[in-house]
Amino acid sequence: MALGVAAGLVGTFLLLRKRALTADALSHATLPGITVAFMVMVAFGTEGKSMLGLMTGAFVFGCIGVLLILGIRRTTKLKDDAAIGIVLSVLFGLGLCLLRLATEMPSGNAAGLNGFIFGKAASMVASDTKVIASVALCTGFIVAAFRKEFTALCFDENFGAVQGWPILRLDIVLMSLVAIVTVIALQSVGLVLAVAILIIPAASARYWCTKIGSLLVVSAIIGCLGGWLGGVVSALVPRMPTGPVIVLVCGGWFIISFIFGPVNGIVARQWRIWRLNRRVAMQHILRAVYEVSSQKEACDFESILKCRSWSRAKVKKLLSRLRKEKYATNTKDHWALTTSGTQEATRVVRNHRLWEVYLINYADIAPNHVDRDADMIEHVLGSSMVQKLEALLGSDKIPSSPHPLGASS
Amino acid sequence: MSWSPIDTWICIIAVLCAAACALPGCILVLRRMSLMGDAISHTVLPGIAIAFLVTGSREPTAMLIGAVIIGLLTAFLVQAIETLGRIETGAAIGIVFTVLFAIGLVLMRQAVDHVDIDPDCVLYGAVEFAYFDQVTIGSLSIPRAAVVNGIALLANAAIILIFYKEFKITSFDPALARTQGIRPNKMHYLLMTMTAATAVAAFETVGSILVIAMLIVPAATAYLLTDKYGAMFVVAICIAIIAAIGGHISAVIIPPIFGFSGTSTAGAMAVVVGFLFLLA
Repeated sequence: MALGVAAGLVGTFLLLRKRALTADALSHATLPGITVAFMVMVAFGTEGKSMLGLMTGAFVFGCIGVLLILGIRRTTKLKDDAAIGIVLSVLFGLGLCLLRLATEMPSGNAAGLNGFIFGKAASMVASDTKVIASVALCTGFIVAAFRKEFTALCFDENFGAVQGWPILRLDIVLMSLVAIVTVIALQSVGLVLAVAILIIPAASARYWCTKIGSLLVVSAIIGCLGGWLGGVVSALVPRMPTGPVIVLVCGGWFIISFIFGPVNGIVARQWRIWRLNRRVAMQHILRAVYEVSSQKEACDFESILKCRSWSRAKVKKLLSRLRKEKYATNTKDHWALTTSGTQEATRVVRNHRLWEVYLINYADIAPNHVDRDADMIEHVLGSSMVQKLEALLGSDKIPSSPHPLGASS
Repeated sequence: MSWSPIDTWICIIAVLCAAACALPGCILVLRRMSLMGDAISHTVLPGIAIAFLVTGSREPTAMLIGAVIIGLLTAFLVQAIETLGRIETGAAIGIVFTVLFAIGLVLMRQAVDHVDIDPDCVLYGAVEFAYFDQVTIGSLSIPRAAVVNGIALLANAAIILIFYKEFKITSFDPALARTQGIRPNKMHYLLMTMTAATAVAAFETVGSILVIAMLIVPAATAYLLTDKYGAMFVVAICIAIIAAIGGHISAVIIPPIFGFSGTSTAGAMAVVVGFLFLLA
């Protein structure tokens, strides 16, 4: 559905600008707009249901709502959330009052206005669809044209200002795009839920990619699929209102992304944490074996166990992993590093000792404390960092340990 | 239009409801969590719908429990998505409440055959008709909504009086609270429970969407007028009362001037309170 695409595109910027709930206030603010437009049109003797007229009214009030929020935030000590809440509820209340009045107007038939609150995609006619499609298309073009400017607006306002772009005007363009999308969304999903199709696709897309370009595409696709699937489901299953179903489909997408998304999804993150832990453990055991075997003749299980506070089972598991990765071999209880194991262990130990020396020399940390500190940082030292340390400390060998090795460390 | 006992009752109900909402509203505004109030007042709808489907009746206690559970679920989900998903609060709230609200709408539509709860009434409120739903206590016949909202008001006042200091500390300095042995998380969920329960009590009167007007706007106005913590509650209640009475009066009196027979009291309450805010 075209609406989903447009909402996905605009929503991305909205989300990045951290204005997600402004859209909520905006959509609620459209209600008085719709009713006012209706009343004006009835007063001028037209039938009062012209889609374009209603939309104009909704758009105008949507903009007024946004301006009010900005105004409250500027002039009072209230925060964003309160400003949004106030504008949202008061304008919606105004809308309800006017709606009640509109239903009593002598001419005109206001019955359909109710539909805007919950949406009624099923009752849309072909001409409405055309309006929505063309508006969505325009939005798509505008977003494509202003992509660079909007990106700057979201991430670094000051940069944009330095570039000589009219930041305020761009902001207004963005917010009016949001208003337009909200207004066309009213018809299908209703004003309470309009905010959902703006936020959810964009928020889901965040879990799949990090580049703004791909973010836009993914978000648009999710919005589109949401609209389409929602429409299909509500058509097939009896008594399924379209708007909520669309939102539910989008919500489903969000849950899937939230769990399985490769960038920040739960599964992906747990996997990364697990991998990091595993690598850290590997480096610990390598260093333990290295240090023990550099001191003693026999590198046995007990002396490795004493190196740090780990459990027997863990040491056993790690040692067998060492063997599996061909870093170490053992004959009974005597462990020795292989060539590749020695290489890796040398690198790890070197990182550790370099950092220790650095801490002692430059951070004035007592030598018997540095082991623990170095422990935390050594795993994340990048190669460039190591090079810098080398240059600073003027050594390309493994420095000898500044503190006694052994069970106590 | 003449003033009748019905109007008096409507005013009393509206006042009780507005005052009950204003209390937790103050804390929400101070904690910059007004929009959680928004989210919870929306998600009351699925709570009520589920409670109805489970029990099959309009038992108020069942509805209350359902709504409170869903309200807490909302608070919990928002927090989970925010921390686990690394999304800003606003977006997390937006996602949670829209999805839950959509579920509520679908459930209502599914149950529409054998239901006498009206989504319109739930959403917009119908304080005008509350008078006709009466309960008898002793020899007095009192509208049920008045009782419900009165209880909500008393309960909120009691909770706030008991935990006055705790709310104060956790709102302004969670770290200090933790050192004093107060759990900010517990207070957070207590507040959420209060909000949800109040929202249920009030939704019949002002509708679930306008609950937020009654929650936030008086509190925000009070916040502008005073900078004392205790005074804020008092001012907020006063504003809420003025708004409720003013709302009903204007709903009844102003429209006839233009030839209409009256408008929605709930809507007018919101408008009046917004007007008061502008004055502040």
